[in-house]
Amino acid sequence: MSQADEILNVLSLRASFPTYQGKVKAVNNINFSINKGEIVALVGESGSGKSVTALSIMGLNAPTIKYEKNSLISYKGQDLLTMKKKKLKKIRGNEISMIFQDPLSSLNPLQPIGRQIAEPIQLHQGKSFFSAKERVVQLLRMVGIPAPEKRLQDYPHQLSGGMRQRVMIAMALACNPTLLIADEPTTALDVTIQAQILNVLRELQKDTGISILLITHDLGVVAEMADRVLVMYSGEIVEEGDVFTIFKSPRHPYTQGLLNSVPKLKGAGEDRLKAIPGVVPNPLNLPEGCNFYSRCSYSSEKCSAAAPPITDSAQNQRFACWHPLEKKVNQFV
Amino acid sequence: MRFKVMMRRLYYERLAFLSLIYLLLLILLSIIAPFIVPFDPEAQDLNNIMAAPNSHHWFGTDELGRDIFTRILLGGQAAIQAGLIGIMIPLLVGVPLGVISGYMGGIVDDIFMRVVDAILSFPAILLALAITGALGVSLWNAMIAIGIIFTPQFARLARGQTLQVRREPYVEAAKISGSGPFWIMVRHIFPNIASPIIVQASFSFSLAILVEASLSFLGMGAQSPQISWGGMLHQAYSMIFVNPLMMLFPGIAILLSVLAGNFLGDGLRIAIDPRMKRT
Repeated sequence: MSQADEILNVLSLRASFPTYQGKVKAVNNINFSINKGEIVALVGESGSGKSVTALSIMGLNAPTIKYEKNSLISYKGQDLLTMKKKKLKKIRGNEISMIFQDPLSSLNPLQPIGRQIAEPIQLHQGKSFFSAKERVVQLLRMVGIPAPEKRLQDYPHQLSGGMRQRVMIAMALACNPTLLIADEPTTALDVTIQAQILNVLRELQKDTGISILLITHDLGVVAEMADRVLVMYSGEIVEEGDVFTIFKSPRHPYTQGLLNSVPKLKGAGEDRLKAIPGVVPNPLNLPEGCNFYSRCSYSSEKCSAAAPPITDSAQNQRFACWHPLEKKVNQFV
Repeated sequence: MRFKVMMRRLYYERLAFLSLIYLLLLILLSIIAPFIVPFDPEAQDLNNIMAAPNSHHWFGTDELGRDIFTRILLGGQAAIQAGLIGIMIPLLVGVPLGVISGYMGGIVDDIFMRVVDAILSFPAILLALAITGALGVSLWNAMIAIGIIFTPQFARLARGQTLQVRREPYVEAAKISGSGPFWIMVRHIFPNIASPIIVQASFSFSLAILVEASLSFLGMGAQSPQISWGGMLHQAYSMIFVNPLMMLFPGIAILLSVLAGNFLGDGLRIAIDPRMKRT
């Protein structure tokens, strides 16, 4: 992968929220990049900093957030963190757009969906609603809504959850963005609809060559969609690699723990779900050494003393652990 | 579409629907009043002063022999004007201020809300008296005073609603599409906070009629020869021991109009709020 293909580069991003109890470190020194046409999954449990990372890219975190000095989010060579608001507004919705977890409340209940999808087109291309209409119909067709011409006047309450998420996707794609951030796009939907929405996203990715940053905690979704996986744990990326390597031979115990905790149909009733014991460390006061130390079954004294450095392994895999797991082949891939 | 649904639901709120019809009729009557009144409001029938209601003078005459029915119809003009101006000023000034205040937050919010607090700390009628006193006594100034005393309530309401709506995911989504604050406030926030404001406007309409009548009764509103129900009450008040009947009709006119506004407000609240669905 050459440098030119890189559209987004996040370098030593550290973000924290000052509170009365002290600094809440939401994101601690994360580095990653997204290439053109790639689907990158950001995986982690609740509170691991996935959403803060995504919102940092959009510049929409709560205004109290503090970024450390040399944090950098570079989009096509421009730093999004220090960019002027006006310029950022031109990128938002136009070049980088986002879809949310909850399609039920992400649409304005008082506006017909046609108008809402046309909104970014009106804002960024200066078109009137009337001249944007054709594009809106085309978008609705792209996301697989039948008879789109008749749907323009529908209000969100007339659509089902899956249809609404399709509308959200259409809205996000309205201006042909280069990067789409999908923040748990299927969490609020039932399983069959989930599969449909993922299909829509994958088809669109193929057709338009858009890059997708997929934020999820569902490893099933990751396996289905992603090219590359970033595993996040309490504000850090603990492991990174392409999807096959991560699923086949995770090196970080946390990744292995995540994989183990996926419910399996085989042998149902015999095994209990394997949860990772313990809870995520308090972001107000993170441990000195490895953040995963207290929950890890492989931990040693070394782990509590110093944070493990990031190690590169052969096949585009990086991990931060003192005691990486042996390379082995997980059975379910 | 939504309006139709709202009107259908309002129709089932009998009292509110009747009130709406009454108010619309009142507005219509006050517009065409100058053309349909049976007498000149200033014409004196000196043979029949302080007459009881009869077939010739439907509501009787006052101490100068003027026809009360005529004067009630024309007095409706002042009441309706006061009601409309009394809600137009808060809608045009208070609501935008409230939305901006709630959406922007921070120092803008602090400044606006302290001003609102200051205005709210005066008793309404006293403030209205002070404003008409400062601007000069006239019906028009009384209406402006009414508008000013209602503005803080609308600003408060709009701000509170905005605070709720601005955290909605669709507002976030609009930001992500690249919308600026003005666009978001106009397209996404205002339509979603409109319903409680409509309800408040209905209540304020009736209250404005009441305040106008009070001011005119106290001599700070309509000045003779302008006709207003409050002024008629004042005039009747001085004759209370001679002909108490004179108070009846302006009193009833004020009562019905204020009640109608309140009933309509209640009905609208039910018609608009989907949670109060009738079974």
